Amino acid sequence: MCATCGCSVPHVHAQPEGRTVLLEQDILAKNGRLAERNRAWFASRRIAAFNLMSSPGSGKTTLLERTIERLRGRAAVSVIEGDQETLRDAERIRGTGARAVQINTGSGCHLDAGMVADALRALDPPRGSLLFIENVGNLVCPALFDLGEGPKVVIASVTEGEDKPLKYPHMFRACDVLVLSKLDLLPHLQFDRERFFEYARKVNPRLRVFQLSALQGDGLEEWCSWLVDRSGPRAEAH
Amino acid sequence: MHELAITESVVESVTQRFSGRRVTRVVLEIGKLSGVVPDAIRFCFDVCAEGTLLQGASLDILAIPARARCSACESELAIEDGIGLCPCGSADLVFLSGQELKIKAVEVA
Repeated sequence: MCATCGCSVPHVHAQPEGRTVLLEQDILAKNGRLAERNRAWFASRRIAAFNLMSSPGSGKTTLLERTIERLRGRAAVSVIEGDQETLRDAERIRGTGARAVQINTGSGCHLDAGMVADALRALDPPRGSLLFIENVGNLVCPALFDLGEGPKVVIASVTEGEDKPLKYPHMFRACDVLVLSKLDLLPHLQFDRERFFEYARKVNPRLRVFQLSALQGDGLEEWCSWLVDRSGPRAEAH
Repeated sequence: MHELAITESVVESVTQRFSGRRVTRVVLEIGKLSGVVPDAIRFCFDVCAEGTLLQGASLDILAIPARARCSACESELAIEDGIGLCPCGSADLVFLSGQELKIKAVEVA
């Protein structure tokens, strides 16, 4: 309700003492412009960029390590790692032989398009390659910031409970792809997979779904084939 | 706490646009589905505005309700809880409003 006149449609009243300038400007316009610049750069180099998001501890880095191992000889891979502190994840990725750059956000809870642009200059990913941007572990803030990526991927592990999509609907709505990870732990848990996917589809019926265990390899091939299909000549179409 | 980054963007955009003027009021439009909490923006605003031409400005936030059109039955519905489900049972919705994140207007002295 409008606080000035009480009508039900939100709008702006001009104030007599000053000059009101209607702007209608997107608050995230600057990030949006930088993201479009990244997107154009990826397209010009036929790089397929994936924004991986999840809560901390869902297994993003382990999934990346195993993905890179499996893609050896099939696609060149590089990684931008986002964490508040430490170089640990970038070091783990370099351990697989892939290029990696670490962004430390300090107190920041998400990556933005400007940080990714800076990281790209340092990383210089090759043409036709796959680029993974591992966002800061957080199911809230990263959903809002366009990085110029292709698909946005949310990863949830079976240890997190099946109601995650309902608790964090913004993230599950913003993403194109859902990966359910740590399937090998299912025998030890009371995780209702059917209910999890029911909740996820309630929030976003368009989600493309993968189920896998990075450690044991179940479901990894389907995931990797999908990634490879996104690279090279078809990198722009996702 | 992405609201701090969002509020900084507001202050930066307004500062660039109205350089040399004094800003007395900022009006934002924040949709119910935008993922941004108006109270957190209010909490950050005075701190971000301090020492800029927005210092002392009032902040009005227009909360925009969420509406969607159902792709299955074509009817329009209000989304109350952040999770849309049409009475017809479909969750396949096209959002019409509620995702706004805009600087609607600025008042300068």
